[in-house]
Amino acid sequence: MKKTVILGALTVAGLAAGAASAGTLDDVKARGKLNCGVSTGLTGFSAPDANGVWQGFDVAVCRAVAAAVLGDPMAVDFVPTTGQTRFTALASGEIDLLARNTTWTFSRDVDLKFEFVGVNYYDGQGFMVPKELGVSSAKELDGATVCIQTGTTTELNLADFFRVNNISYEPVPIETNAEAQQQYLAGACDVYTTDASGLAATRASFEAPGDHVILPEIISKEPLGPLVRHGDNEWGDIARWTLNALIAAEEYGVTSANIAELSAAPGNNPEINRLLGTEGELGAMLGLEADWAKKAIMANGNYGEVFEKTIGENTPIGLSRGLNAQWTEGGLLYSPPFR
Amino acid sequence: MTTMTDPPGQGFRLSQLIYDTRYRSLTIQVVAMVLLMLLFSWLVSNTIHNLQNLGKDFDFGFLTQPSGYDINQRLIEYNSQMTHGRAALVGILNTILVAFLGCALATVLGVVAGVLRLSNNWLVSRLMSVYVEGFRNVPLLLWIVLIFALMTESTPAPRAFRGDDATASMLFDAIAVTNRGVYTPAIHFGTPFFANGFFNWLVVILVLGASLYAIRRLHHWATERQEATGDRPTTWYFTLGLLILPTAILMVLMSAYLNLPELKGFNFGGGIHLRNSLIALWLALSLYTGAFIAEIVRGGILAVSKGQTEAAYALGLRPSTTMNLVILPQALRVIIPPLISQFLNLTKNSSLAIAVGYMDVRSTLGGITINQTGRELEGMLLLGLFYLVLSLLISGAMNIYNASVKLKER
Repeated sequence: MKKTVILGALTVAGLAAGAASAGTLDDVKARGKLNCGVSTGLTGFSAPDANGVWQGFDVAVCRAVAAAVLGDPMAVDFVPTTGQTRFTALASGEIDLLARNTTWTFSRDVDLKFEFVGVNYYDGQGFMVPKELGVSSAKELDGATVCIQTGTTTELNLADFFRVNNISYEPVPIETNAEAQQQYLAGACDVYTTDASGLAATRASFEAPGDHVILPEIISKEPLGPLVRHGDNEWGDIARWTLNALIAAEEYGVTSANIAELSAAPGNNPEINRLLGTEGELGAMLGLEADWAKKAIMANGNYGEVFEKTIGENTPIGLSRGLNAQWTEGGLLYSPPFR
Repeated sequence: MTTMTDPPGQGFRLSQLIYDTRYRSLTIQVVAMVLLMLLFSWLVSNTIHNLQNLGKDFDFGFLTQPSGYDINQRLIEYNSQMTHGRAALVGILNTILVAFLGCALATVLGVVAGVLRLSNNWLVSRLMSVYVEGFRNVPLLLWIVLIFALMTESTPAPRAFRGDDATASMLFDAIAVTNRGVYTPAIHFGTPFFANGFFNWLVVILVLGASLYAIRRLHHWATERQEATGDRPTTWYFTLGLLILPTAILMVLMSAYLNLPELKGFNFGGGIHLRNSLIALWLALSLYTGAFIAEIVRGGILAVSKGQTEAAYALGLRPSTTMNLVILPQALRVIIPPLISQFLNLTKNSSLAIAVGYMDVRSTLGGITINQTGRELEGMLLLGLFYLVLSLLISGAMNIYNASVKLKER
């Protein structure tokens, strides 16, 4: 009798463990919080501000998803992850969404069983060196000591770049951006390499940013985007279309300033109407409320507003839109239609 | 009314399993075993179930895939085109290197500190107390990070050695202490016997070992001679010759020369590069574990009764001879068993290497490989297996040594 009870309990526990990973949307709603994986601190992308509130470009994605799903952009538990811990955290269910300037690659998508929901920043790997070294090209870096974050695609690109150009280097593996910064400033490495956006963000936090140059070579394609676990397509759709909503909002001129007015009543543009839920049933199809996209956009503004606020040209990081402009302005951002 | 004189029925009742002391312990063991097996089978089935949910399989094939990443400290040949298995091997050798260096230095530090802590000199014994308590009571990770930070922040960068107005200079023009590590001269062979450097060094070590053996025979002979005649022949110049000459001749035959580090491009080239990560990890592990070993040594010495010392003095032995011939051999019996677990601790603590970017097996196989291939379960199992095997090997070897010094009961 006793054994049967134990066996039964074990079976139930096993089933419960299985069922827990079935519906991320239900889990998030039941929890009332979105668990979002971010970096351990990269100014402009994800870092806590003076009040301990997480701010940044990647953080904005988390907040938009939380707003779309839970109606509250602040209902996010941020989980800082390193390059090494991020995938385990996502695969194990510790986080629901990973927005940590993660490069979309074939093997991560297919072999590691993740679902990239889009690209929120088109990047490439660059090199930063102190100006006094007098280096003007990455190909002059023969024999240099290079600080590199372990567990990243940049680590692999770096090995390839130096091998292909037949020059040698000494890698210094580093866990987090903060450590890399400290090592680089102490002169323990000649070069710091990571995504060009990350370099700009790191340089912006230096005491004397002008003493350091970012070399012109971009040695790889680094499409950075948020990702979710493979297999839960409903949740993946929510994350994907929340990101698309931010991008589309910029394209259609929906900003945090005019969104209240635009969403009050159906307007002339049917695309905007469908996006903001004043027409059609797009929200219901996602299993969300009709004004999900409106809430997502209101969280931080549209893609362009988020970009300008966190990493744009008027911030210390000073990144220009470049590839990350709308397709209508010569960039690569192109949201599929909302219909 | 008849009285029952027959013994009660011998039939076995189920309740006896619990209430009969003859069976109770067996029952409890069987139940515990069943529960344990159930737990294990649940763990395994849960793992399989969850792996299936994630769409993952269990496969060690990734070990034969190209790794794609570089490793700075390699004891064997390795580049990014070689396999994950090879990268794991490079990491394993790095782990063994730091564990070996750490155990050796920790033992020396521990024995010295342990003996000195018993010193009658107030200052010396107090200084040793400060060392022991300081290192024992602060987490190892802090020491590793602290030593690494000291070494990177306080030493000059290689470019400080450059130019006419260089702010830093090399020690004896041979050793460069930089914030990327210490560069020391290396011995290179002009006309080596083997193309593979490893075998050349093996020859050198073998010759050195043969010399040491010959010296031992010589001392043995001298002792016999002393016992026979009462006169000990002077042997020190033979000892010196045996120690130096064969190796020196070998070095000349292979035309050995010193390869001095010199500034090339961004870094020093030539010589041996002891990276800061290795030095920081090595020193921190040794100092930390040395503090524990010091206590073990002190305990071992105190465990030898004072009467032994007094008896030795009564025989006219000097304090140093008393320590070496009477106290330490007896103390060793108490010291060795806990020393084994300190060695094991040090070896396993070396997995904190990632904090300073030392590429041990935890950083290669358990870090980058797992991260690039997504084979967490396989990688972690292999990693656990490696540490298990290494620990068993160390404790096996130390147990053999322990058997040789322990009290022989006849």
